[in-house]
Amino acid sequence: MISESETCPVVSVRGVRVAFGAVTALDGVDLDIHPGETLGLVGHNGAGKSTIVNVINGGLTPHQGSLAYGAVDAAGGGVSAARAGGVRCVFQELSLCPNLTVAENIRLMHQGLTGVGWRREALSLIRAKLSEIFPGNRVDCAATVAELPITERQMVEIAINFLSIGTPPRLVILDEPTSSLDAALAEQLMAHVRRYVAGGGSVLLISHILGEILSTSTRIVVMKDGKVVANRPVSGFSGKSLVEAMGSVVKEKVRAGARDLSKAPLAVSLPAAAGAATAFAARRGEIVGLAGLGGHGQTDMLLSLFRSRSSSWLPKRPQEVAFVAGDRALNGTFPLWSILRNLSIGDLGALSRLSTIAHGEETALGGEWKSRMAIRTPDMGNPILSLSGGNQQKVLFARALATPAAIVLMDDPMRGVDIGTKQDVYGIIRAEAEAGRTFIWYSTEMDEICLCDRVYVFRDGVMVAELTGDDISEERVLAASFQGEAA
Amino acid sequence: MTRLSPQAIRLMIPVLSLAVLLAAVFWLQPRAMSYMGMNLLFNLAVPIALATIAQMLVIAVNDLDLSIGTFVSFSACVTAVYLPTAPLVAVAILLGAICVYALIGILIHLRDLPSIVVTLGMSFVWGGLAVLILPSPGGQAAGWLRALMTASTPFVPLAIIASVVIAVVAHLLVMRSTLGVAIRGIGGNARSVARAGWSVMKIKAAAYALSAFFSVLAGMALVGVTTSADANIALRYTLLSIAGVILGGGEFVGGRVSPVGAVIGALTLTLAGSFLSFLRISPDWQIGAQGAVLIIVLGLRLLLARREA
Repeated sequence: MISESETCPVVSVRGVRVAFGAVTALDGVDLDIHPGETLGLVGHNGAGKSTIVNVINGGLTPHQGSLAYGAVDAAGGGVSAARAGGVRCVFQELSLCPNLTVAENIRLMHQGLTGVGWRREALSLIRAKLSEIFPGNRVDCAATVAELPITERQMVEIAINFLSIGTPPRLVILDEPTSSLDAALAEQLMAHVRRYVAGGGSVLLISHILGEILSTSTRIVVMKDGKVVANRPVSGFSGKSLVEAMGSVVKEKVRAGARDLSKAPLAVSLPAAAGAATAFAARRGEIVGLAGLGGHGQTDMLLSLFRSRSSSWLPKRPQEVAFVAGDRALNGTFPLWSILRNLSIGDLGALSRLSTIAHGEETALGGEWKSRMAIRTPDMGNPILSLSGGNQQKVLFARALATPAAIVLMDDPMRGVDIGTKQDVYGIIRAEAEAGRTFIWYSTEMDEICLCDRVYVFRDGVMVAELTGDDISEERVLAASFQGEAA
Repeated sequence: MTRLSPQAIRLMIPVLSLAVLLAAVFWLQPRAMSYMGMNLLFNLAVPIALATIAQMLVIAVNDLDLSIGTFVSFSACVTAVYLPTAPLVAVAILLGAICVYALIGILIHLRDLPSIVVTLGMSFVWGGLAVLILPSPGGQAAGWLRALMTASTPFVPLAIIASVVIAVVAHLLVMRSTLGVAIRGIGGNARSVARAGWSVMKIKAAAYALSAFFSVLAGMALVGVTTSADANIALRYTLLSIAGVILGGGEFVGGRVSPVGAVIGALTLTLAGSFLSFLRISPDWQIGAQGAVLIIVLGLRLLLARREA
């Protein structure tokens, strides 16, 4: 048996490439997961963790390379091939149907559950599994999911994926499974993972808590820029070497001349949240970075900063804060409007005479920003969607910068923007900051974080570290984003 | 104190509003409290209840069907024109229409179209077909259909029995069956249903086809009650069915629907009309007054929901 399991991995990924437009998310990844091992997968934002998970669970068909479950080749087989291969996946965001009961969710997740009385069977199975994984839990399994607190939803989702109905689970993918669990429950889950793996199953564990990864995994894979950069048994890693492996090895960033702004007047501040290591403050002319893994509270911080400086009833004049959205299509551009109108909407009040828009001034404003931002279009009257993504983003920047706002909030605005545009915009941000504007910049890209004067690192919704000047380095940010054993 | 489940609270408001309205009607007109009276009060509720179930199935997958009114009219015209003389033709046309509904569901899913726009467009198609089939009011109910809808059942009037049967069948279908779970699952979280290996397209097609089946039943029941049809006979069913679903505790998004509540909602809406007649409110004002009843009930629900949260 043992020799067979060694030769036949549960999942085998060979030379997989995935690209989203110009961005390569996976660049030739090889990965085998064998029965009886817990594979820890770590990497920083955009390293390709989620993409490889989606390839393995069949949600994403790779553009190149092969995928096999056991001995069965499954290229293009999709979700059903993955499920038939025994792959189960607990997603980072909760993915149960909130309007259904726990039993009904089990029926949806496990098509092997059929016949009369499936509700009763599902209930007894989930109760048994829950008390196996989380002994002493008090989850009400008869409830609809929406009635359960978030912790119990996550417990139920984990338990559902460990259920053996029809095809037994052979590989369970846990993507940040402990994000809503307290320490005691997380320890119970990790103990269950170790028992499950000892019994011949395998687990792919993604977590930002390095202690979990180091104590539970048997092997650790480190990803960076869509590639596997390290793949060794856990004994080859320590918390420190793991963080180092995630970071870049060679790049020594040349930082712009450090500016001492500690004497500058305060532009905005927020008291420390519960559990945060530090309060937030930004000074005039400062570029403050919000770093950490994506979705750990940075956007919420920007929104509360925005709310603290603007009224939800009547807009203040002049506007004190401007916001540059990261998700252009969702909350950035007006897709049916021209470039000029997308730009001038930021501060129409200043362009209006007697409540009608002064077209001459609007056109002049458009011309000014077209040359300052080098927006590549023959005519600012063209529709915004005629521009490339990067140029659309420039328009959004111009919209914020054209207002007199003293504080500019940026919600990871450079996603999917080409390198040339980025360099242009970095220069403009620098110049505007010198002129006294304050920038608060959430970015998932390390290069951008290193451009900031001061950086707050977020983890689990709160700021856990503040880095200044030469302390801002990839290693320091990574070490703070991932909770080490010492923390 | 035992806490009621949200579903129980959800169902409590339609039940209470029906009870209050019924009490008010009996108080205004005690003679309604009889076998005949009840039958007259609720006779027209049967087709509305069926149309409401049809609308509920579409709402369960987070869509909205604005063509139910004309589709029920179309079914009624087919029933009145072909069913008595050429039953096979009638069945073939109605089955074909159900297939068209399934195709609409597939189209809406595949092209990610807004269901409101597609069904609004289809409402003109169904309306036009109904006029083609029956240019002027007329037709007749097949003998067996008429007999079924006017049967005098012992003790409890047929309208009540039919409503209970509709509620039970719809409950079994939507709340208990696997297909019903899948349909509501799409309303709750379509992505996770797809990730579990289901075909969202097939489930949506099934939901639309089932909806069309209930609409066809509504059209047939309507002809059975009124004995003839007209191309515009059921136009107001579109809004009545939506109101019935919401009144019955359903929500526009999230797959939260209640078949029993929807039938009760349909009964309440029918009763609201009679109640206003008993108050001698002129028919010109009745639609507005019906709207007011709806707003009061929904306001009540919002109030309770807020206290719950």
